[in-house]
Amino acid sequence: MSLEEPEPDEGVIEAAEEVGVTTDGLDYDELAELVGDRLLDREEHVNAEGFVVRPDEVQDVLFDLRDEAGFDHLSCVTAQEYDDRYESIYHLKKYDDPTQELSVVVPSPTDDPRNESANPVYRTADWHEREAYDLVGIEYDDHPDLRRILLPETWQGHPLSQDFDGEEPQIVTLREHANPLQEDHRADDADTMFVNIGPHHPATHGVLHIETVLDGEQVADLEPDIGYLHRCEEQMCQQGTYRHQIMPYPDRWDYISAGILNEWAYARAAEDLADIEVPEYARVVRTMSAELCRIAAHMLAAGTFALDVIGDFTATFMYAVQQRERVQDILEDLTGQRLMFNYLRLGGVAWDVPEPREEFFEKTRDYLDDLPENVREFHNLLTSNEIMQLRTVDTGVLPPEEARSYGATGPVARGSGIDYDLRRDDPYGHYDQLDWDVVTEDGCDNYSRLLVRLREVEQSARIIEQCVDLLEDWPEEDRETQANVPRTLRPDPDTEVYRAVEAAKGELGIYIRSDGTDKPARFKIRSPCFSNLQTLPVMSEGEYIPDMIASLGSLDIVLGEVDR
Amino acid sequence: MSSDNRPSADGTDTQSTQEARLGEGVDSRFNSTLREAFGSTPFILTKFDKFMNWVRGSSMFMLQFGIACCSIEMMHTYAVKHDLDRFGAGVPRASPRQADVIIVPGTICTVSGGPFQEGYNVVKGAEEVIPCDIHVPGCPPRPEALIYGVAKLQERIANGESAPVTVKPYELEQFGDLERDELVEKLADRIDEDDLVMRYNWAESP
Ligand code: SF4
Repeated sequence: MSLEEPEPDEGVIEAAEEVGVTTDGLDYDELAELVGDRLLDREEHVNAEGFVVRPDEVQDVLFDLRDEAGFDHLSCVTAQEYDDRYESIYHLKKYDDPTQELSVVVPSPTDDPRNESANPVYRTADWHEREAYDLVGIEYDDHPDLRRILLPETWQGHPLSQDFDGEEPQIVTLREHANPLQEDHRADDADTMFVNIGPHHPATHGVLHIETVLDGEQVADLEPDIGYLHRCEEQMCQQGTYRHQIMPYPDRWDYISAGILNEWAYARAAEDLADIEVPEYARVVRTMSAELCRIAAHMLAAGTFALDVIGDFTATFMYAVQQRERVQDILEDLTGQRLMFNYLRLGGVAWDVPEPREEFFEKTRDYLDDLPENVREFHNLLTSNEIMQLRTVDTGVLPPEEARSYGATGPVARGSGIDYDLRRDDPYGHYDQLDWDVVTEDGCDNYSRLLVRLREVEQSARIIEQCVDLLEDWPEEDRETQANVPRTLRPDPDTEVYRAVEAAKGELGIYIRSDGTDKPARFKIRSPCFSNLQTLPVMSEGEYIPDMIASLGSLDIVLGEVDR
Repeated sequence: MSSDNRPSADGTDTQSTQEARLGEGVDSRFNSTLREAFGSTPFILTKFDKFMNWVRGSSMFMLQFGIACCSIEMMHTYAVKHDLDRFGAGVPRASPRQADVIIVPGTICTVSGGPFQEGYNVVKGAEEVIPCDIHVPGCPPRPEALIYGVAKLQERIANGESAPVTVKPYELEQFGDLERDELVEKLADRIDEDDLVMRYNWAESP
């Protein structure tokens, strides 16, 4: 695999100076020394060690870990309730090497669940902690704006806490539904204007509500209001058995045909949790189908971006759908489904590629053969389109430091020049055996993000092609699609794992804690779109309102995944 | 409804009234196959209501209303390959004011709650909220299924049928009139006695 050496960015501490880094991974003892007295206990998680710290020393410890030990990526915040305590877990990683992980575990008492907010250290903690407060009920001191984020303000109770009763009625006042714009809301001396964008608006890619304050044509202040699509995905997964009942749900997180990529996130976490080895053949099939999904997802991103920016519903959008139809056709042959594939199984895939194999491979090859021409068409229509360039070059600028602090990943991070791709940096599947490149652009603007997606389509095609070659020559007797997995999985109690894969929109992570039964005790989804959407104010404040729409389009969010 | 309009039996072409009226050299834009089938001076006799129903069914503007996974397949139904426009129903409009039909593609998850039926936050079927004419099953329904649903809707419109209103009556009550249970006690200091409130009972929805 051809790897480009990541260039060290300014502002990031050189690897040599980071505490705890040795040639073969992390030295947790050294890190423990750094934390010193503040360390209460050490836990073993499957992916990393967990350092238990006091709730009132969170900021202090995180600052040290960020500045001295180089943990510049707060990937996820998991909150959960045990019988005797609440717990927040901060999953830390490094953009330079995401295999160096550390969990900071913060317990707090049942009668007063609160701990210090990580917001001053990592800006991304803002939303993550609001979500933890909303769903589990932990309070974060020092948090700038601790409100509900996914559920409505009127909601009573915290649905993922232990004493929540889902049957309980909810009472909503009519006043809540009043239209804030109904009455003349212009004050005499104000020169700003409040505008609701969404929740139902063609440019919001689903049901997203953006509260915007305009000063003339410029965005003075902006606040995404999410949660309209909150579908209790975590609760659903906590109610399902590992073996079969959870796998259909990931398809519905990022539903832009990225199903298999999402399924892989769950599969990877659960396989690590239960110690299942996936046969090599199945890994290749997974890699191939996942990349097909990525093409479909990026095509829709390009199509809808054109719709947002140059209002093109007739040509580019249709071309994009045409491409997707072809990919979906191939995926339907493989999985039997157009959209909700449900194709991966723990320990492998549901079935082998369809017979006659030659036909399937030929169809896939045909598609790949046409792809370069089709991508060129997109470049003609979009990237070399003057109007498109005027609208996207140098608009929606997201500097790399901000992107890191907000936990941006995927094409959004790579469009800001951050060389971070889990397929290469934290290899899984068959990616490390294949020849492909990680695409980055350092324009940091809307244009770069579009370019990254279009170029990634080409890389995905390279990957698929190599997989098809491999599968074609695979000797018939060792086409093993499925490892031997017990009928009912019951991972050892209190095993905890956090694993991520590179989904279409970025780092899709899953945290699972087992309690010895056949269902997870806690299932937490780290959605890339959730973190990426947080960067919207950075990109848009002070900019023109049409540029904000372009930035939103270039983030390529899926509300199903933002709200879960 | 139509008179016969054929070349005369001896083979010499007679000019039809229609051709005569259109005159020489006029392009045949107006001579569709349909018109030809109706003969030289076509007219249709029908009831006005029936005609209007047929017209309404044949030109439906859809609300552009993509709310969840189902809407991805809905977009594919509008776009190339499936091309819903062929059925006179493919133009998405951005505002409900300009639209005749709302397809509710998901997240209420739409027919019954779908995979999220047991969730704490998902309304179990659009029919809980608005009257529905056609239910298209599937998670998501294939484009073919959606087209079938649209065709069925056109049929209903052409027959002058409309949705029976089976919406659950969520009546607004004054807060003071609610039974004083634990929840009401808790909210008492935030909501005035005479505020209108709605009480959604998750347990009672189907
Ligand atoms: S019915 Fe299925 S596909 Fe449609 S919105 Fe609900 S979960 Fe998504």
